[in-house]
Order: sequence, then structure tokens, then C-alpha cells
Amino acid sequence: MEELLSTLVRSIFVDNMIFAYYLGMCSYLAVSKNVNTALGLGIAVTFILTCTLPINYLLENYVLKEGALGWLGTQFESVNLSFLSLLIFIAIIASFTQLVEMVVERFAPALYSSLGIFLPLIAVNCAILGGSLFMQQKAFANVGVATVYGFGSGIGWLLAIVGMAAVREKLAYSNIPKPLRGLGITFIITGLMGIGFMCFSGLKI
Amino acid sequence: MGFLSSKNKSILAGPLSKNNPVIIQMLGICSALAVTSKLEPSIVMAASVTIVVAFANVIISLLRNTIPNRIRIIVQLVVVAALVTIVSEVLKAFAYDVNKQLSVFVGLIITNCILMGRLEAFALGNGPWASFLDGIGNGLGYGIILIIIGFFRELFGSGTLLGYQVIPKICYDLGYVNNGLMILPPMALIVVSIIIWVHRSRNKELQEK
Repeated sequence: MEELLSTLVRSIFVDNMIFAYYLGMCSYLAVSKNVNTALGLGIAVTFILTCTLPINYLLENYVLKEGALGWLGTQFESVNLSFLSLLIFIAIIASFTQLVEMVVERFAPALYSSLGIFLPLIAVNCAILGGSLFMQQKAFANVGVATVYGFGSGIGWLLAIVGMAAVREKLAYSNIPKPLRGLGITFIITGLMGIGFMCFSGLKI
Repeated sequence: MGFLSSKNKSILAGPLSKNNPVIIQMLGICSALAVTSKLEPSIVMAASVTIVVAFANVIISLLRNTIPNRIRIIVQLVVVAALVTIVSEVLKAFAYDVNKQLSVFVGLIITNCILMGRLEAFALGNGPWASFLDGIGNGLGYGIILIIIGFFRELFGSGTLLGYQVIPKICYDLGYVNNGLMILPPMALIVVSIIIWVHRSRNKELQEK
């Protein structure tokens, strides 16, 4: 229980996807102009991260890792398929995104039309593949921790994009030097928010 | 049509400045920021991305008339993932230390927006040779930004370039201190925004309203 809680807090604040690793920057910059769209995309990303991480965790530990195929019999124990992990992970993520897209289109058409093109593009959001690759690198103890890590990373991403969208809505009324308008000032604000989030880095739970 | 007609030249040179993938098209920013705390990984990353973009562009351009429209994203992802796996295995074999520093970001070339952006916008509608040049051009445009950021962050953050001490010891004796903030993640964003500032004040037509 304690491990789950500390993984959750760490993945939201300390290892924040945007401020510590810059993952998912492209859609973060493109969609953070309006709070409502940002919230919708954040929820979709959180959902997909929470679903794909446990699947990829099980695949990593029971199929891909060196010796992971041991449950099939002793002759498979020396098989190491880890070079396939990139391909498998991205295939799982892409097919899951397709699935979510179809489900949302069928049952929540309003949300579907408000997310528009960004729903299919989640498949190429670096935060999702990054989550799976960090899971592989950190070698979590069990599937529960991996799920919580996925959920926490998603929530961290959601916090960042909603915060940024709120700041940008206000920015429309300020007088910024011309060459910095748009992209430039967004980078500076993200940097300042990142410095703010760095104060969590000493956090020990 | 020569191999380097003026149209092909502009395909190759456009992304270097006026149509730069990182600071104008907003593509591939994630990795541009994350790997640039030192110069060496920046150069390796730039080279890997250039190779992958160029060859993925050629392959998709050759396949462009046979891919069904509905599944094109998955086809593109598989082609890119295969190329990235090759690059990652080569790096593990010949440049293990750099590969360790780049950690997950080699794998993340797959989801680098430059790849999907160029494949969707260019390779699906153009021939292999033009696509190859477009890939090289965009890779180099991305590389230039990475190398500029890596140069300044390593110079001011550690006083070294490619691991060699550049700022003389006498400066440290006189009280010069490395700016540790440059190594930390948030400063990458601020360095990029300074590059954008300089670039856009020289090219007024690129400024946003």
C-alpha cells in the first residue's frame, strides 16, 4: 500500500512527464489554448496510460524479458526477445488508441467531436510510449505498481496541460514583445512552471 | 530534371531556417529538450533522427500507393519502429555510453512528431528522391537546433565541450562559477525560447499576431 502511494505521488509531482522529461510536448503545445479541450485530452491520455501500462508490463515480464518465457517450459528459458519491445509496445498502444476512438465515437459522440484529430494522435504522443519505456527501465515490483505509475503519470500530464491552458487564456490580454508571441512565451512559462515543480524533487515518502 | 534542381534544393534547405521543424513547425520538441544537457548526446541524437527520418520517408514514399488510408498510421509506426530498433541496436553495439545517457529517448524517436509529421505531410504525396531530401533537410534542421542548445548548455553548465575543459582554470580562480541551472531541465526550455526570439526578430514575417 505504502509503495503504491509513494509511486503515485512521485509520478505526479517529482517525475512529472512534462516538467521533468518533456514527454508529450507536441500535443501539450498544440492543444493548450483552451481549458476545456486541454481537460478532455488530459483525461484521454490518463485513461490510455492507465490501460496500456499494465498490458505492456505483463507482456514485458511474461514474454519479452530474458527468461520471461520460462513458464512455457525449461527449453524457452534462454529466449531473450527484448529487442522486440519497441515494436510490441507501439503496436499495443496504437491498437488501444484505435479501440478507445471507436468506443468514444459510439457512446460519447459529443466528446468525440470536441477532441477531433487529437484522439487518433494520442498513439504518437511520446508520453504514452515514454510511460511504457520508463516502466521497462524502472522494473516495477508488480502489475499494481505499474498501473498506479501509469495513472499518476497521466494525472501529472493533465495537471500540466490544464495549468498551461489557464495561463495562456489570460496571456491573450498581455503585451508581449512581438518575436516572443505564441511559441516563445509558452516555452518560457513552461520553463518557469518546471522550476516551480523542481521544489518537489526533494520530496521523500 | 537534375538530381538537385532548384525545387529539390529548396526542399533540402527550407527546413534549416524558414521552415525549421523545431522552432517553426513545433515538431520533435520532446527529445530536443531532453537530450541536450551535453553536446555529445545531442550530436548522436541529431544523427540518429536524420537517418531514421530520411529512410522512413523513402520507404513510405515507395509504399504510398499501396497503403490503405485507414491503417496508414499503424503502417507508418511499424516502419519507423523497425528503423529505430536497428538504430538502437547499432548504438548499443558501438556507442554504449552515449546510449546509456540517451536512455529511453532512442526508443522515443518512434513517437518523435517530426517523423509522423513529415511522413503524413510529405512522403505520402511525393516521390522517393524528393522525400529522401526532405528527410535529410528536416533531420539537419532538427540537428542544428539540438547542437546549438547542447553547445550553450554544456558550455555554461559544465564549462566543457564534448568533455574537454574549455573555460580556462584561471577564470575559476578569479571566481567564475559554472551555472548549475543550465544542466537542469527547465533551462532547456528557456534556451529554446531565446533561440526562437533571436530567429523571429531577424525574420519578421514569422512573428505571430
